Amino acid sequence: MSALSDQLLVVAILSYVAAMVCHAAEYAFGNRSHIGRAATRPARELVAVGAGSTAAADAPPPVVEEAAPSGRGRAALAGKAAVAVTALAALLHLGTLVTRGIAAERMPWGNMYEFVLSVTFVGSAAWLVVLSRRPAIRHLGLFVATAMVLLLGLAGMVLYTDVAPLVPALKSAWFVVHVSAAVLSSGIFLLGFVPAAMFLIRSGYDRGKRSFPYSLGPRVPEAASLDRLTFRLHAFAFPIWTFGALIAGPIWAEAAWGRYWGWDPKEVWAFISWIVYAGYLHARATPSVKRTTATWIAVIGWLTMLMNLFGVNIFFTGLHSYGGL
Amino acid sequence: MVVTEDRTSTAAPSPRRTNPVLALLRNSWRQLTSMRTALMLLFLLAVAAIPGSVLPQRGVNADDVDRYFVEHPDLAPILDRLGMFEVFASVWFSAIYLLLFTSLVGCVVPRLADHWRAMRSAPPNAPARLDRLPQHATVEDPVGGVEEIGAALRKRRWRVAVRGDTVSAEKGYLKETGNLLFHFALLAVLAGVGFGSWYGWHGNRLLVAGPDTAFCNTLQQFDESGLGPRVDAADLPRFCLELTDFKADFLASGQPSSFKATVRVDDGPARDFSVNSPLRLDGANVYLLGHGYAPVIRYTDRYGQAQTTVAPFLTVDGMLTSEGVAAFPDANVDPKAGGARDPNAQVAFEGLYLPTAPDQPPYTRSVFPAERSPALMLFAYRGNLGLDAGIPGSVYRLDQRQVDSGRLKRVGEATLLRVGEKMTLDDGSSVEFLGTRQYATLSVRYDPGEKIALGGAAVGLLGLLLSLTGRRRRVFFRVTTSGSSLVEAGGLPRTDYSGFAEEFKQIIESVEKKR
Ligand code: HEM
Repeated sequence: MSALSDQLLVVAILSYVAAMVCHAAEYAFGNRSHIGRAATRPARELVAVGAGSTAAADAPPPVVEEAAPSGRGRAALAGKAAVAVTALAALLHLGTLVTRGIAAERMPWGNMYEFVLSVTFVGSAAWLVVLSRRPAIRHLGLFVATAMVLLLGLAGMVLYTDVAPLVPALKSAWFVVHVSAAVLSSGIFLLGFVPAAMFLIRSGYDRGKRSFPYSLGPRVPEAASLDRLTFRLHAFAFPIWTFGALIAGPIWAEAAWGRYWGWDPKEVWAFISWIVYAGYLHARATPSVKRTTATWIAVIGWLTMLMNLFGVNIFFTGLHSYGGL
Repeated sequence: MVVTEDRTSTAAPSPRRTNPVLALLRNSWRQLTSMRTALMLLFLLAVAAIPGSVLPQRGVNADDVDRYFVEHPDLAPILDRLGMFEVFASVWFSAIYLLLFTSLVGCVVPRLADHWRAMRSAPPNAPARLDRLPQHATVEDPVGGVEEIGAALRKRRWRVAVRGDTVSAEKGYLKETGNLLFHFALLAVLAGVGFGSWYGWHGNRLLVAGPDTAFCNTLQQFDESGLGPRVDAADLPRFCLELTDFKADFLASGQPSSFKATVRVDDGPARDFSVNSPLRLDGANVYLLGHGYAPVIRYTDRYGQAQTTVAPFLTVDGMLTSEGVAAFPDANVDPKAGGARDPNAQVAFEGLYLPTAPDQPPYTRSVFPAERSPALMLFAYRGNLGLDAGIPGSVYRLDQRQVDSGRLKRVGEATLLRVGEKMTLDDGSSVEFLGTRQYATLSVRYDPGEKIALGGAAVGLLGLLLSLTGRRRRVFFRVTTSGSSLVEAGGLPRTDYSGFAEEFKQIIESVEKKR
């Protein structure tokens, strides 16, 4: 079972690579007008977001033509293939996790390798859900697939650990609650980085910047809808993170280590991420703070998440550095 | 959504000339409670926490801090002065979060007042031109006039005000309620943490199994302890613990699979506890941190006097290879010399205990953590142990200064003893390895602020969910033609709400006459 899990991981990574190639092909074939058109769709709802009654009341609702991505052309075909392959990859990814769990006879969350596998799966699944609701953002898939390949590759090569049962400290109901919430929210935060980065590229482009990476601007959806997607993902993940890392974690730590909060490096970084994301929510709710500034805070939050997922386990030792690495 | 911003920016300058000091104070306060300052302080707090993970912290691991001092003798004292080894108790860290919480109070108290007023006042007047709102519709065939429309909205739990020919309705106050709840809950969490650190205490203790090694909950009996500033040693609850059994199971690889400690509290029945399920007593919790072995060693001195000691050995690896010392400071007292202790005839054994010794030498590492083939390697020392010098030494190590200065000398060769075996020293005295006892390392703690913090966190989460999912929105109706033939309607979502168009459509349908 454990060997099967390892093989599935390899196949899953290859599938993500294939998805990357298809997305890239879509970029290569795609003509910018069609992508540009696809992106204007949510413009109508945007006015409402623009905060404040007068602004909204003064602006007449823009006339928006319905412009779903056209089903024709090689680009669209490549794009659709990319989504199909991503879905396949996500299934294989899930298979990797399930077989790993069966091999270990427990939830596959016992060490860093399994944790990263789970977090990336959540990211991938959340991506597919978001995509099914808003097909117009399909073009972001290239970045999702690339991130998956990199993260899974890193997990497979650097973090890999053999299947082993849990050490007694991890045998607790709160372990399941804490880790599942942390996995779920980390996955969504990680995914939230994609529209955040795209938003920064797009809004930079809209302000006239033409150098790389702003040159990608016309190929991504419209800035305001990216901003909204970024906010949605973060606002969804934030309470889960609050619950998982700052409530369930301490409840378990109280039972296992005798104190609910002890500024262990992992706890420090969980706190930092939480504060930074709270900062993002604040910044986004403050009209005088520019949306790009707010989004940069979300990007910083993403960096702190990466630090928490990888950096803390590699650079520091603490109570959390369990099970190999 | 923009309450704070509005409040700070629209506060009109006072018409009277005011005292400049007061003006300065008021301006500073306004600055401090602005959203921008809150943002800055949040960011500062995040940055200030980073050194707490990069540098070793006293509160987490004091030994690491000592090691850092040895490795960086120049830098460490400077960092220490800056509070870098106790970041989370440092002045600057506290300053940041206290300012942040001050800002929070200054921000949410007026918002609470605003919200209170908003909840009790009627929705605002309908704007003159409803067709300019994001949602707009005309109802050709309404259910009735303003009263009927108002009733339909009330049924959908909108707050409604009917004025003349218009209806104003608003919904989604829970968003702001949730937001305020969340921020006030943060204060409760802070209060809980603060209360706990003032009135909490903890102590650590290594407890060897057996009635003769029981421990009672007093400060003197802890190996290490810490009391909150408002706790007195006399406040600790009285109870005694005897470790009656300790059971550890291991997988074939040596990885532990379960631990169970059994204790008797005072004279009560036996109670089990383990990692993840602490022993909860009245006013104290006992946590299992670790375990190990304490060899039982009997020394029979040159005058035939036997003494037995139970010496807990500290584990050095996952296979429970353990190191320790069995000291006999009162050995070799000549009975004819009137009982005077000869400080240069004291005896101690440095030992290496292997719960499962390998099949052949070198006998330096245990190969399994359970006692499958226990063996004790002993190095004998005789001379002055240095215990009288008044310098507190470790009970797990010999005083290296005494060895270096030659006051304490190695005697004979290191010998491997199995249980029941004996070795004889050059002066005719002998040492026997009788067996081992288990020990558990325990942490005894009490934190009265826990429940406050947990309650605050739970309420905060609830508030957060309300705040993030809530949507404030308004709808307006105006009956334009006399009679009740034509009604104009407009809707305005006041927060990000993509489903509003759908809801607005349903509302329109609900005020249309069913045919
Ligand atoms: C301990 C520090 C603080 C933390 C952790 C924190 C956290 C948060 C979070 C997570 C949100 C977004 C969720 C929600 O809308 O309820 C929020 C919203 C908000 N916070 Fe804070 N906050 C803090 C301090 C402050 C301070 C000092 C102020 C005032 C200056 C403030 C004013 C606001 C306002 C006005 C919102 C509403 C934003 C909206 O309408 O979406 N907060 N806060």
